[in-house]
Amino acid sequence: MSESIKQTIRSFIVENFLFGDEAALPGDAESLIAGGIIDSTGVLELVAFIEEQFGFTVADSDIVPANLDTIDAIAGYVGRNASAAAAA
Amino acid sequence: MCGLAGYLGNVAEPERLLAAMGDAIAHRGPDGRGLNVIAPEGSAPGAGLSHVRLSIVGLADSAQPMVSEYGELAIAFNGEIFNYVELREELVARGYRFRTSGDTEVLLKLYEIYGPECLCRLNGDFAFAIWDGRAKRMFIARDRMGVRPLFYTEKAGTLYFASEVKALLAVPGFHAALDPLALDQVFTLWSPIAPRTAFEGVFELEPGNYMIADASGRRISTYWSLDFPDAVDVRPELNEDDRAAQLRHLLEDATRIRLRADVPVGSCLSGGLDSSIVAALAAEMAPRGLDTFAITFDSAEHDESSFQKLMARHLGVKHHEINCSEADIAAAFPDVVRLAEKPLIRTAPAPMYRLSSLIRETGMKVVLTGEGADEVFAGYDLFKEAQVRRFCARQPGSKFRPHLFRKLYPYLPGLQKQSAEYLAAFFGADAAPLSDPLFSHRPRLRGTAAAKLFFSADLKSRLAGYDAADDMIAQLPERFSRWHPLHQAQYLETRFLMPGYILSSQGDRMAMGNGVEGRFPFLDHRLVEFATTLSPSMKLKGLKEKYLLRKSMADKLPAEITHRVKQPYRAPDSRAFSGAVAQEQVHAVLNPSRVAGDGLFNAAAVDKLVQKCAGQSAPSFRDDTAFIGVLSTQMWLDIFQGTNRRASEAA
Repeated sequence: MSESIKQTIRSFIVENFLFGDEAALPGDAESLIAGGIIDSTGVLELVAFIEEQFGFTVADSDIVPANLDTIDAIAGYVGRNASAAAAA
Repeated sequence: MCGLAGYLGNVAEPERLLAAMGDAIAHRGPDGRGLNVIAPEGSAPGAGLSHVRLSIVGLADSAQPMVSEYGELAIAFNGEIFNYVELREELVARGYRFRTSGDTEVLLKLYEIYGPECLCRLNGDFAFAIWDGRAKRMFIARDRMGVRPLFYTEKAGTLYFASEVKALLAVPGFHAALDPLALDQVFTLWSPIAPRTAFEGVFELEPGNYMIADASGRRISTYWSLDFPDAVDVRPELNEDDRAAQLRHLLEDATRIRLRADVPVGSCLSGGLDSSIVAALAAEMAPRGLDTFAITFDSAEHDESSFQKLMARHLGVKHHEINCSEADIAAAFPDVVRLAEKPLIRTAPAPMYRLSSLIRETGMKVVLTGEGADEVFAGYDLFKEAQVRRFCARQPGSKFRPHLFRKLYPYLPGLQKQSAEYLAAFFGADAAPLSDPLFSHRPRLRGTAAAKLFFSADLKSRLAGYDAADDMIAQLPERFSRWHPLHQAQYLETRFLMPGYILSSQGDRMAMGNGVEGRFPFLDHRLVEFATTLSPSMKLKGLKEKYLLRKSMADKLPAEITHRVKQPYRAPDSRAFSGAVAQEQVHAVLNPSRVAGDGLFNAAAVDKLVQKCAGQSAPSFRDDTAFIGVLSTQMWLDIFQGTNRRASEAA
């Protein structure tokens, strides 16, 4: 489950932020902000993608780097919330 | 105000070359032409000067190149010496005689008497070249702030120089090629770092510098540079009212001498504080009334027309405005790149070009503007941002302090929804070391450099190991580290971005594209030097920018203007190219096979960027920067490298 979430997120980052340049994809634990990949508009694009792709609403209080600044963090956050949404 | 060109060395057909160089910059001087060839004698090099004239002072009797009384000196001069009246009176009192009424002869006489020392006596915006037949040398100088341009190159031992690089393209055997390091600098700092230009082998004479060139070579010296007191010597202002009065006096005098002209002088109104101040002072001094000029936008986030009209009504001036639509920006953009002569990462010069066309159509050729106040009195958001970042860094992890970033940028919708943690992360509040000399500028540099993602693998490998920001640090004076953080930030802005982008790409080049001269009271060096002695809190007080300036001028302005928070001048960027006509233009310039053939950018990624921007109403800072940066670079290649490129395509 987690690996397929990660793969979906990586594909989104490559397409939407790196314009197909896979070589520029950061490691799963690297900061997307420090890498210059995501800025303030980019975060909103990421949140819109998560909501649409994984079928749950991202609470405003969840929009923090701890949840969204690395591929690992996003996958963990999505994993927790998508399963909660499915269980509900 | 005008354009100049020339050479030192030996040239096969000097008249023809000088005429061609003048033709290339004819837009700078529609009112007159002249050239002067000094034939080589003995072992001396030959020399030539070419001049295109925009007549503003000494309309009837100041043609150029001007030769001195006994024929030893010849000058080609672009710009104005605003204090020429006082300098002339002083020389007349000492027994010198003048044949003309203008500033050119005064400048020539001052050089004849004082040599290079004459520069310290000038209050003006200038670039000029003087052939000194006594010493068989060329003396070339540029004003302190970098208002007027001067470029040079060398070919087969001959030095060529001109107001714009276009004139150097007329030099036999010269081929334009884009300097990859300059491109990296544009994609980091918004402009090349002087003396480097976008053109390989072409350099600019830096502001505050002069060059002496003769048969033995060329030497460049600095006669003025921006300086600040050491931070330990900065004291709180004891008498704020006195300082405000001094400021007011200097600003009035700076405006007064900038109204000197034999043609009417107008004033631009942006709707902000600075241009309102200049217009208010000028309106009182203009005997026949003042004409003001403004640009308006369709989009509410860019348009400031309600403030412009408010100010025009307040002053009772004759106000002119011109609207700049997104389609207008797109249509003008190739001309903008041709005039700016460098890749751009913003469209903001385009509306300025449109504004200068309005000024010209109204029949005027000189305008005052508020340019420079944000650098000199700390008006830019960047200064406040750096202050907030320092404030956050003192309490890392604070849940409250980063909310101040939102307050700084009320016009950026993307920021309004962000958490304190994200705000801190975006602005590097917890990350950048306070000891970094570029601390104030890091978020901007990092945000801009993110657009380098689109560089091709080939370009990335050519630039491997190069960092434009490190290059900028290497240029800082030794005393920089001793200055107050606000003064450091002001220095970076005033030394690099102001001449490299604001005064050139957005200033001189856009105005002179329509034969209009801009004059900037806030950049009078007396005012600039005065402001460096003010304590930082007189400039940025808390988060109130330009504090003392507002105070000194409050009685002349409506309260809505005096207390208005700085709104940065911006224009629609990638969005300007979303219309059907502009999209056709974009697809032609960014055609994937051409982009790939030129080899600078990743063509597949650029193609996706074009699609993404076309479908989005509010692209991110990075995407906007990249789109305009790539588009303008490809246009630059079309315009300046076109001939070479067509030859290689045919081969």
